[in-house]
Amino acid sequence: MPHIIVENLAKTFRIAERKPGTWGALKGVIQRRYRTVSALDGVSFSIQPGELVGYIGPNGAGKSTTVKVLSGILVPDSGSCEIAGRVPWKERISHVRNIGVVFGQRTQLWWDLPVIESFDLLRDVYRVPGTEYIASRDELIGLLEFDRFLDTPVRQLSLGQRMRCDLAAALLHSPPLLFLDEPTIGLDAVSKLKVRDFVKRLNRERGVTVILTTHDMDDIEALCTRVMVIGQGRILSDGTLKDLRTRVTRERRLTVDLVDETQEVSVPDAAVVKRDGYRVQLSFDPDRVSAASLIGRITARHPVRDLYVENPPIEEIIAQMYEKERL
Amino acid sequence: MKAYAAVIGARFRMLLQYRMAAVAGLGTQVFWGLIRMMFFSAFYRSTTAHQPMSLADVITYIWLGQAMLGMLPWIIDREMRAMIRSGTVAYELARPLDLYTFWFCRDIARRTAPTLLRAVPMFAIAGLFFGLQPPQSWAAGGAWALTTLGALLLGTAIANLLNVSMLWTVSGQGISTLMVAAVAIFSGMYVPLPFFPVWARTVLDVLPFRGLVDVPLRLYMGHIPPSEILPLFAHQLAWTLGLIALGRALLARGTRRLVIQGG
Repeated sequence: MPHIIVENLAKTFRIAERKPGTWGALKGVIQRRYRTVSALDGVSFSIQPGELVGYIGPNGAGKSTTVKVLSGILVPDSGSCEIAGRVPWKERISHVRNIGVVFGQRTQLWWDLPVIESFDLLRDVYRVPGTEYIASRDELIGLLEFDRFLDTPVRQLSLGQRMRCDLAAALLHSPPLLFLDEPTIGLDAVSKLKVRDFVKRLNRERGVTVILTTHDMDDIEALCTRVMVIGQGRILSDGTLKDLRTRVTRERRLTVDLVDETQEVSVPDAAVVKRDGYRVQLSFDPDRVSAASLIGRITARHPVRDLYVENPPIEEIIAQMYEKERL
Repeated sequence: MKAYAAVIGARFRMLLQYRMAAVAGLGTQVFWGLIRMMFFSAFYRSTTAHQPMSLADVITYIWLGQAMLGMLPWIIDREMRAMIRSGTVAYELARPLDLYTFWFCRDIARRTAPTLLRAVPMFAIAGLFFGLQPPQSWAAGGAWALTTLGALLLGTAIANLLNVSMLWTVSGQGISTLMVAAVAIFSGMYVPLPFFPVWARTVLDVLPFRGLVDVPLRLYMGHIPPSEILPLFAHQLAWTLGLIALGRALLARGTRRLVIQGG
């Protein structure tokens, strides 16, 4: 049975608007104009237990709104959603007891208190039994390596440290489902890796179902077997990363390092996308010409030092996709 | 229940750590107390007409009022406002707690911890130097304690209504400004209610604000005999329950149309 079933979810927001400047402000006092924004416009999907799903889309596409509806915070205008047999916004309290949530741009820890005090409060709020709490807390501290700043007030933590603590805070009650809304936003490379590693282990070892929204495609490539792309409130694509690539473009890249820097390269069926000294990057469609024959033709004509074939970076794929859909 | 007790306890401990704020608040409140005392002394010197309270009673009233000032529900909690404005309120809804009770507990802690920090030294200072009298009798003291508890619950119910109102207004600034005036005047904080004209008092006796200041303070000094506590305490409780019901209903509507600020 799927862990999450979402059908035709819709949610609109009303946004008050006014013209800029003093005159606009004065006019706004007399007459308010509102614009209706459709944050979710018929979103449907289902997720099996133990899946790790990436949820991506440009800013304002509806990612966070989806996560907030799924975590019982927002009530949708229409559509249905069932998570572990519960409707999140109808049975909010019993629902949130079984989920963990991290909003990367906000903290759930108490700003002025040592991290450990926030944890202790969460233990009582989620009614985690004493021994279970200690075991789960110590395991999280070990995995995320933050025993050094357990007694530091949250306001004095770096963003990376804080995020690790926030992740732990969301998992103290061992929820089977975890929502991560941009958990790597603003983090340095090391912290990002730590967060990714942790999420991966959580999913593999404990079987926690994870929904992850992000703008960082490395997160997606490192973690997610399945990617959902949302734009203007609709799901544009849902499948594996490979599916997504083939859906958007069949293109592949061949990078060639020539011996002679001045030589021009021109091959039929492939286009030069970048030239940087002796390095040439070609793009080709593997349906029209196989990588092997392309390589054969190039090495026959030019002395080559090195070459390799790769997929276009996922960033480009996504950018192309957004472009295509005019997002 | 344990979860809510933990919320109160944790916030209480957190608020106790702001020592400088307590000292500064104490200083300000002593200063204002002195000014109000001078104001009433001048008034009593310049009049020969019979007044509803003796000057000594008014002075006790002033200091008690200053000591309990932190309990009045007239300014929306800064942290609560920041939470609504920044959207961190999303985390509050992600807790397995009844949101109304959760916020009620939060607010109880906010009304008690700072007040305790300030009231104890205030009693000492005002009792030693500025003419604060002890309760008129043991019974008066008991009646004061009970109705102060009533005032705490009533104040929290009002404050929580203000919290909920922010789901519509987001800033809460306008309502805060209105409440400062309403609470300060109608509760008898600025001028004790017996000084008001009779027609005004018939209205003020019905409104909830009286239960915040007028009732506990006048019971303390025996201006209202302890034997009359029952209807007054019932008045406090009735308003408290009514406002809780209203707050709950509004919160239920508010969360349905909730918008989390800042995406």
